[in-house]
Amino acid sequence: MIHIKLSKQVGSFAENKDIAREIRLKKIVPALKKGQKVVIDFEGIDSTTQSFIHALISDLIRKNGATVLDEISFKSCNETVQKIITIVIDYMQESEN
Amino acid sequence: MKIHIPNSAFLGNIDPFLKNFNPKDSSHLIITANKKWISVHPVVLSMIASLGIMLEPSQIKCEKLTATSKHYLERMGLFKFLGVTSGITINKHESAGRFIPLTQIKTSKELTNFIDEMTPLLHLKPKHAEPLRYIMSELVRNVLEHSLSKFGAIVSAQYHSKNNTIRIGIADTGIGIWQSMNKSHSPKNDLEAIRLALIPGITGTTRKEGGTEFNAGAGLFFIKSIATVNRDFFMLYSGEAMFKLLKRKGERIQLHADPFKDRCSSKKTLPFWQGTVVGIDISLDTTQEFSMLLDLISQTYKGAIKERKKAKYKKPKFI
Repeated sequence: MIHIKLSKQVGSFAENKDIAREIRLKKIVPALKKGQKVVIDFEGIDSTTQSFIHALISDLIRKNGATVLDEISFKSCNETVQKIITIVIDYMQESEN
Repeated sequence: MKIHIPNSAFLGNIDPFLKNFNPKDSSHLIITANKKWISVHPVVLSMIASLGIMLEPSQIKCEKLTATSKHYLERMGLFKFLGVTSGITINKHESAGRFIPLTQIKTSKELTNFIDEMTPLLHLKPKHAEPLRYIMSELVRNVLEHSLSKFGAIVSAQYHSKNNTIRIGIADTGIGIWQSMNKSHSPKNDLEAIRLALIPGITGTTRKEGGTEFNAGAGLFFIKSIATVNRDFFMLYSGEAMFKLLKRKGERIQLHADPFKDRCSSKKTLPFWQGTVVGIDISLDTTQEFSMLLDLISQTYKGAIKERKKAKYKKPKFI
């Protein structure tokens, strides 16, 4: 299992899409390729943007299908962050179906 | 180019200001102003600064300002931006108020730093800071990613105590919305391009539902939704077209995927703005919980995707 604590890289407002993309490509994708489970930890993050979450996870769903979500957990998300993650996952699945 | 700063230009009455802008001859900029009074939305200053930053100070002619409220322009950093001297001195005892002076943002890192510094400048409570940070991040990232402008985004904001509202203006002189959307769609004019840009799930980077790895085509829809839910003004001006979300009172809140179903006004024959301008007001009295807004966005977004997919379904042929 790999544990990714986002606040170290993005601070309390997760909005920098470049960093989101980098985390996806350098940490999440390699871990998934090795068959590892991924925990994305939002502790210390007050809020995020749809663009950040999109850059972080949409391509995983696009390339692997929604089953990739069985391998990923989102930890310590407040209500706002949970809702934004849900919006992105929903529209990606609606788009894929 | 010629631009006139009127006595009043806020989002509700900005149309005459836009109509008076003269984009002809981009080798120089002439700035004139109302002689008695100047009271304008930050978006007006962001526009003027965006034009000025493309030129050398010697190519800019700014008439001597006589309006009693001219200090506002100095405070917001307009003349510093243009590289021209205003002759206006600021009395140190004057209240600085709550404002974000004109700021140029050209990189992702600069944006992140700007957002960190912005909230303390406006003395906001978390409830109010959340939508503001969201708006700034999404709008400026749009400029950095899509405008292709080497000058980036010019941002300014001001808190108005009279109606407890924060007014934000963001302008760029990039390729504009039509050219950006035309990469993957074929909008027939600037207004149609603005409409497409505001519909959730439509992006200039691809025709595919779900967007690309980096863009979903949702940013502007989220911003318009924040304004809709809070019953605030939102204006988008690009090329010859302008869309304006109008204020609403006492109606049931409803988000629409198609911006023209909102209470709005639009223009499609304005003077050509090379780039994109966004103005938005956030009333702190009516700021709804961000969480409630996200529920509405989620419903509308899913509905929009379903409708688009349904529109592509093959229909039975009855003969």
